[in-house]
Amino acid sequence: MEKRVTFNERWLPYLLVAPQMAITLVFFFWPSGQMIWQSVLLEDAFGGRTKFVWFENFKSLFADPTYFDSVRLTIVFSALVAALGLAVSLLLAVMADRVIRGSSFYKAILVWPYAVAPAVAGVLWGFLFNPSVGIVNWLLHGVGIDFNYVVNGNQALLLVVFAAVWAQVSYNFLFFLAGLQSIPKSLIEAAAIDGAGPTRRFWDIVFPLLAPTGFFLLVINTLYALVGTFGVVASLTQGGPGQATNILVYKVYNDGFRGQDLGGSSAQSVILMLLMILLTFIQFRFIERRVHY
Amino acid sequence: MVENRPWLTALSHFILIIGLVVIAFPIWMTFVASTHDQTTMLQSPVPIWPGSHLIENYKTVLTSGYNRPGSVPLSVTLTNSLVMALGVAIGKIIISIISAFAIVYFRFPLRMTCFWAIFVTLMLPVEVRIVPTYGVVASLGMLDSYSGLIIPLIASATATFLFRQFFLSVPDELAEAARVDGASPMRFFWDILLPMSRTSIAAMFVIQFIYGWNQYLWPLLITTRQSFYTVVMTVSRQASVVDTVPAWNLLMAMAMLAMLPPVLVVALMQRQFVRGLVETEK
Repeated sequence: MEKRVTFNERWLPYLLVAPQMAITLVFFFWPSGQMIWQSVLLEDAFGGRTKFVWFENFKSLFADPTYFDSVRLTIVFSALVAALGLAVSLLLAVMADRVIRGSSFYKAILVWPYAVAPAVAGVLWGFLFNPSVGIVNWLLHGVGIDFNYVVNGNQALLLVVFAAVWAQVSYNFLFFLAGLQSIPKSLIEAAAIDGAGPTRRFWDIVFPLLAPTGFFLLVINTLYALVGTFGVVASLTQGGPGQATNILVYKVYNDGFRGQDLGGSSAQSVILMLLMILLTFIQFRFIERRVHY
Repeated sequence: MVENRPWLTALSHFILIIGLVVIAFPIWMTFVASTHDQTTMLQSPVPIWPGSHLIENYKTVLTSGYNRPGSVPLSVTLTNSLVMALGVAIGKIIISIISAFAIVYFRFPLRMTCFWAIFVTLMLPVEVRIVPTYGVVASLGMLDSYSGLIIPLIASATATFLFRQFFLSVPDELAEAARVDGASPMRFFWDILLPMSRTSIAAMFVIQFIYGWNQYLWPLLITTRQSFYTVVMTVSRQASVVDTVPAWNLLMAMAMLAMLPPVLVVALMQRQFVRGLVETEK
């Protein structure tokens, strides 16, 4: 889309984009360029001297089984976060769209988690499931389940998924609700007059019309699971126990800052970047199409 | 509603109430924990109703933080978070509204280059390029400063896209009329475009305030002096320290204070925020 009417000025537009371009160049392109450059360099153990090594860093990364463990873990984790997050929020949005009484009250509370930092969400869920004082742990113990996320890898992963979904539900809910409210009521009424029940109406009319929103949210939630959940992992498990919750974005940080492996960490960042580019591309292709509707 | 089905309505309320409980329960338990004394919070099961130590706990964390030698008073970290959140929100709004204005209302060489340069920042959030970004900020001497906390985070595309989207929806006749009347571009921007953008600005403010307030990794890395710590990183860092006798009451009071400002902003500006959020992505 373009404007027909524009202003003719020679220098003004440059002046207007200058601040954003300056910040983008210094704090985005410079570090990103460095990252890509680092990914083909090898620094010797005592620092200082670096050597150009082509794709050595990538090769050693792909030869490292712990990296593939992290990739596999990230796929499972993202799938769980996206699927659970979308399912729960769709259910809540459909219900909130149905009820008349109290719907603004429900909405007012369901948006809270949006305001809570993922890192703080991790703290809250860690408290609920704390092995010694967690109230949910105590309840689970009462029914014979021993839940200890500090030592049990699968339980740790499950808890990180819960906290991550909790922090993202509001966002999905608001988009689904907006999507539902934009469906013409006449369509639903016509189907009802023709004798279609609520379930039939949902699957045959509402669900297909919500598909664009759902697809958009799927991409956003995958991006969120890949990157946005860093704070949840950092305050709950720090990637542990063992490697059980060491998802890619946390591994980049861990290897780069704690492990001081700059080349390997940059190579990981580059791969993560390619993944993000792919997802962003998919998202924008799809939005372009929706605009032309 | 299309037809009256009482059982279905009841089921809807039932599901919504379960949803509310799951959403609110962690926050409720945090609040409850912040109102008891330390010994109560060390015995399982922990209470599920508030106790009588609310004022005492909050006073302690505001004046002496986690109440250990070397911990930072929360009044300091809350101020830092506020400065950071406001800086990120206001800074982002200013630089992106003027760049969106330039990109929509002018034709100039390199226009599309600028647009794409801004666009690609979407693909590489700061978490992914954290190590080199830290290096750049360190070499510019911006560690332990407000400018280091704020400026690297305001290079992002979301706000620019929202304003661009909004400007594209403004009728062409307005710009045309302004031009016919001989108004300069900046005059048009101040007197017509800016007042019309109020809702978008408010929405962006909420979204970016929360984004800035909730930053975790960035302040964690670039601050080493306590006087620049932010509240979210302080809470999270304290939570991941294994303590022999943890003071859950204080930690949870800190968590409550870390959540309160952004939750208030969302609650008070809910309408603008919801509209802005949903419209940004259209």
